[in-house]
Amino acid sequence: MSFFEYAPAPESRSIVDIRSSYGLFIDGSFVDSVDGKTFKSVNPATEEQLAEVVEGSPADVDAAVAAARRAFDTVWGPMSGADRSKYLFRIARLIQERSRELAVLESLDNGKPIREARDVDLPLVAAHFFYYAGWADKLSHAGFGSDPRPLGVAAQVIPWNFPLLMLAWKIAPALACGNTVVLKPAETTPLTALLFAEICQQADLPPGVVNIVTGAGETGRALVEHPGVDKVAFTGSTEVGRAIARSVAGTRKRLTLELGGKAANIVFDDAPIDQAVEGIVNGIFFNQGHVCCAGSRLLVQESVQDSFLDALKRRMSLLRVGDPLDKNTDVGAINSAAQLARIRELSAVGEEEGASRWSPACELPDRGFWFAPTLFTGVSQAHRIAREEIFGPVLSVLTFRTPDEAVEKANNTPYGLSAGIWTEKGSRILAVADRLRAGVVWANTFNKFDPTSPFGGYKESGYGREGGRHGLEAYLA
Amino acid sequence: MPERLAVRKTYKLFIGGAFPRSESGRSYPVSSPSGETVNASLASRKDARDAVRAARSAFPKWAGATAYNRGQILYRIAEMIEGRREQFIAETRDAAGVDAAIDRWVWYAGWADKIAQVHGGANPVAGPYFNLSAPEPTGVVAVVAPPDSPLLGLVSVVAPAIVTGNTVVVLAAEDHPLPAITLAEVLATSDLPAGVVNILTGRPAETAPWLAAHMDVNGLDLTGATDPELATAWERDAAENLKRVLRPSPDAIDWSADPGTGRMTTFLETKTVWHPKGV
Repeated sequence: MSFFEYAPAPESRSIVDIRSSYGLFIDGSFVDSVDGKTFKSVNPATEEQLAEVVEGSPADVDAAVAAARRAFDTVWGPMSGADRSKYLFRIARLIQERSRELAVLESLDNGKPIREARDVDLPLVAAHFFYYAGWADKLSHAGFGSDPRPLGVAAQVIPWNFPLLMLAWKIAPALACGNTVVLKPAETTPLTALLFAEICQQADLPPGVVNIVTGAGETGRALVEHPGVDKVAFTGSTEVGRAIARSVAGTRKRLTLELGGKAANIVFDDAPIDQAVEGIVNGIFFNQGHVCCAGSRLLVQESVQDSFLDALKRRMSLLRVGDPLDKNTDVGAINSAAQLARIRELSAVGEEEGASRWSPACELPDRGFWFAPTLFTGVSQAHRIAREEIFGPVLSVLTFRTPDEAVEKANNTPYGLSAGIWTEKGSRILAVADRLRAGVVWANTFNKFDPTSPFGGYKESGYGREGGRHGLEAYLA
Repeated sequence: MPERLAVRKTYKLFIGGAFPRSESGRSYPVSSPSGETVNASLASRKDARDAVRAARSAFPKWAGATAYNRGQILYRIAEMIEGRREQFIAETRDAAGVDAAIDRWVWYAGWADKIAQVHGGANPVAGPYFNLSAPEPTGVVAVVAPPDSPLLGLVSVVAPAIVTGNTVVVLAAEDHPLPAITLAEVLATSDLPAGVVNILTGRPAETAPWLAAHMDVNGLDLTGATDPELATAWERDAAENLKRVLRPSPDAIDWSADPGTGRMTTFLETKTVWHPKGV
């Protein structure tokens, strides 16, 4: 028991009005599925059903792609950049106005702490639309030729870890460049995308410009393999990314992939310890570790290992795990039973392979999907928990002696999405950052995102960039 | 006086800065400039793997060289091609094409220290951070060179890949490999570090699948893959480790046209580094 206790501080869920069932958003309105199959979206913190959602069939995908094509040919393609820009600004403003509602719904459907949905996801979502809104009428200045053209219909498939933020990363640049989209949200987190569809209606966005088709893997496959799409953008696992890359081979579809990671967070002996501990904790326990760029491998210099791990454990003991809607919660619910099983399996493998497992004492709720923040020490590079993406609140600790060894170990992974460096020495930051094979490097900080800052991986973490001027390239010919 | 007996040349591969024959001991007949049939090395799967190893070893140093240094070396290569102008013209029977190839190489040489400024820069993030994006080379790139333009087409795919710091394994045009071999001789005398460019002659249909599926190759340029079925198969194989793939152009390429920057940017990664500001 700690000296101070927190009183519950729950955010009210009354602000969001969840319907019992949702249709697909095609051609500007909510429609029933052609085949009528549905599935449930549950609250991972309580396992209660939130709503019934359509499992989009190939026929539904056909209809959505046709609507997107029509809108591209007749309205959105021919529209001036200035007008596209104004629609996107409208959407950005509506997101800001309805941000509380969206944040609560995101937390309910995903399990993430309301504090993160409110303070990280939603501000970034609005900022992303705001940023790309401004590009829509300036594309000839973006460095992609004097008259860059849109590609046409974009098929976009997004993951469940940042449902609305990933939607923004996909839809905002696509629309700014003059494409129309069919987006499939993740199976377990479809609700904020459907609320976003209402926002498109509220913005009077022309029908067919944005289409939302809910469903699981098969729906996504039907969408990316649809012959009527010109562009595929996917964020998710490397395994699925590979399958998509194979499926578009030999077509004229353009492809961008934002896939898995196994980021190294490197702590040198001169790092400011308290600041680094905060960064490591944020790096792996933010969003329950459901972050593709999570700092899931801690590389700590041997000489400071003991004191650093003591400080890290002390800090981890203060993490509050529990009700995502409680404003004091640091770590919310694991998104699904399947993901929880995967985290449990890999953690068990970590123990079997000889790493030492530690978690702070923490009471987990009886219902819902939960996993305590977990630390593995004595991890070698060959261990599966050092190689495979766990996508949960599990940190593997490795050590190093020299900067060369740190770089070597950091790069010893098929992934290359992100990395972190903690040291007070500026020249070391620059030298090490140069040698890390990763698309985003955070020096003395971690998990920072911004619409102006390109994000994406090296190697098997995928290709293409989202965000910034670079992010336009994926949607322009 | 009897006519002088010419010293004939053995046409070999170019791997790791050396000129080996194919480890398979095979060769295949091609036409020489004077019209007689000569033997070119018929590269094997193992030659392809050796070339990848050479390219991988050369990568850190070449990628880490200063852009100015890479530009100097590429410009030196253009000088060396110019010096062999007559030989290239004899091999290609296309003087305009040779001149265009030299000019193309000079054009790319100048990009070495400009591409990062054009494709990178500071990002104005909403917070107290200095945030900088810069392009970096992808790694080892396998290149199927265009069969229709054995010199201009060849330099138009090789120069953009290496000027940014990648290292390459090039499959030369099957029926016209001699300009590629001569280019190898140019590269070997141009201060280009061994292994940055490796050139295999032979049949791309035989060697390309191994490069497309090779897990230590990061990029695949299919410009010269003229058979759509093979190109599709190789692109599919390339997905195994998410290689960056440049698909063959659906239309015939006008090699004399302004190439733009696309051949460079396809094999570049953008790295973005965040630095907190504070006192």
